[in-house]
Amino acid sequence: MKTDRLGHWLAILIGTLYFLVPLAATFEFSLRKLRGVYSFEAYRVVLADPQFQSSFTFSVGLAVVTIVFGMAIIVPMAYFVELRLRKLRPFVEFVTLLPLVVPAIVIVFGYLRLYNSSSLLPLTNSSLGTNFLLTCGYVTLALPYMYRSIETGLRSIDVRTLTEAAESLGASSGTIIWRIILPNIRSAMLSGAFLTFAIVIGEFTFASLLNRPAFGPYLQLIGANRAYEPAALAVMAFMITWACMGIIQVISRNAAAARP
Amino acid sequence: MSFIEISHLKKSFGPNTVVHDFNLSIEKGEFISFLGPSGCGKTTILRMIAGFETASSGSIRVGGAEMTHLPPAKRNVGMVFQAYALFPNLTVAGNIGFGLKIAGKDRSEIDARVAEMLELIKLPDLGDRYPYQLSGGQQQRVALARALAIKPQVLLLDEPLSALDAKIRVSLREEIRALQRELGITTVFVTHDQEEALSISDRIVVMNEGRADQVGTPSEIYNNPATRFVASFVGTLNLFEARVVDPATGRVSIDGQPVVTARDISTYGIADEATVALRPEALTLGGGEGDRNTLTGTVEEVAFLGAVIRVRVRLREARVSLDIFNDPALDLPKIGAAATVSFKKDDLLIIDRH
Repeated sequence: MKTDRLGHWLAILIGTLYFLVPLAATFEFSLRKLRGVYSFEAYRVVLADPQFQSSFTFSVGLAVVTIVFGMAIIVPMAYFVELRLRKLRPFVEFVTLLPLVVPAIVIVFGYLRLYNSSSLLPLTNSSLGTNFLLTCGYVTLALPYMYRSIETGLRSIDVRTLTEAAESLGASSGTIIWRIILPNIRSAMLSGAFLTFAIVIGEFTFASLLNRPAFGPYLQLIGANRAYEPAALAVMAFMITWACMGIIQVISRNAAAARP
Repeated sequence: MSFIEISHLKKSFGPNTVVHDFNLSIEKGEFISFLGPSGCGKTTILRMIAGFETASSGSIRVGGAEMTHLPPAKRNVGMVFQAYALFPNLTVAGNIGFGLKIAGKDRSEIDARVAEMLELIKLPDLGDRYPYQLSGGQQQRVALARALAIKPQVLLLDEPLSALDAKIRVSLREEIRALQRELGITTVFVTHDQEEALSISDRIVVMNEGRADQVGTPSEIYNNPATRFVASFVGTLNLFEARVVDPATGRVSIDGQPVVTARDISTYGIADEATVALRPEALTLGGGEGDRNTLTGTVEEVAFLGAVIRVRVRLREARVSLDIFNDPALDLPKIGAAATVSFKKDDLLIIDRH
């Protein structure tokens, strides 16, 4: 019995060390920019870098557009699948999981073949077009997480009966989605949104190959040319992701507390 | 012409037909119940009236207007669901006023109607609560108010009491009936509970395997069941295979004992077999005075059910159950004792011919 418990603690300790030691080492290294003292100089340099500000702002903007665009596509689709096409659910789940199986580099090469400057729809001819293509790529990458979050939210309410109740009161499909479904899956949508945000902020492959000034390529650029700043950026990227996760937890807990 | 006319309605899901050639006329202001076991098609018909299911063939007319293929939002039909279906993100007032808001009514008009509805369901102070802050009974009353707020031409109730506990169920069904009478709204009520249907309906449609086995008043359904299914589904019944002795005088033989029915069996031949039935409450232990029929046997079981005591008497092969009112002064029959059971000629029902 005691050996068992010791084994459990050992497993937890090994797992914790595996994750925490590199993080602690990265953090410790990021503080060593000034010789002989620990300081946040690397962070100051990074935050003061105009390229950091522009790339971070670009990625945040892109993340917001991706979330809005993704939700606009996924919410009605997941709603109608739940409402009328439940038989299609396994197929839709399979399709939404594909971005986890197909590497991002394969998808982006596909995009470049289909939408390059000599194609029928030359989206890469302009910045706006390329940004749109990048957004579409990010929606694809975020699909497994966004769809699952939304689907979980929809399964937690009686979509069919609520829809029928609203229909019998004269509501159209658009009104039902806007006034009844969305407010009741708000926490699920926020979970999906923060996961998408975390993915988009650090994404490298799409942004680099489509040559967009996003945060991911900036991370790579700094990593290739500086010593301490990449460590500071890595810690900051972790902080952003953790903040997103924390917000998801808070929202989920509040939603659970509000509906006993 | 009746207010609701359902003609030759049929509904199939793939190869399965769940409603077969269903016809029904419902008068304005009538309270009609669809009664039947699970899967008999009663809810499917209700959902076709609401527009949630499309009829495979046939037609539904309400107030003279063809409704068969109209979308639910355009039918002006109020619906109350078994699972309440209140919108969790809206307050009680928000739920009740939802349909009026959709219809583009003024804020003042909506507020006035919501207040009127809250008074009607006797929850005037709960307008600001959310559904999760209400009990099941309160939620269902709010659902009823929400359905009525839009002044629908028909009110549809899909097993609205099934999720409630027994006491609330009885009080709420009385409230529903009182509201329906007060507003004079044509109401279709679906239930599998015979007591509910018998207690609040003007007429009952007893459904069996997608067909209406019998349509009639609660009294007709209970006292003169048209089919063996209706007889066995509504109330408790003693069923016997009887042999006709004399069709002209109504004489038949139950388990070898001669009895007389007041029902017309003149179309039967001598020695024809028929299923006959007796309600437990129509039987008396002992007696046989006047022209009452008697059956003799031995007491096999005595069960105390509270208000009544159910006694089972074994005849030769068949068994008959009868109810006697509970009375502390009463000497209960002893198991194994000889017993005589008597009943009026009118109470012997003829169900089926073989």
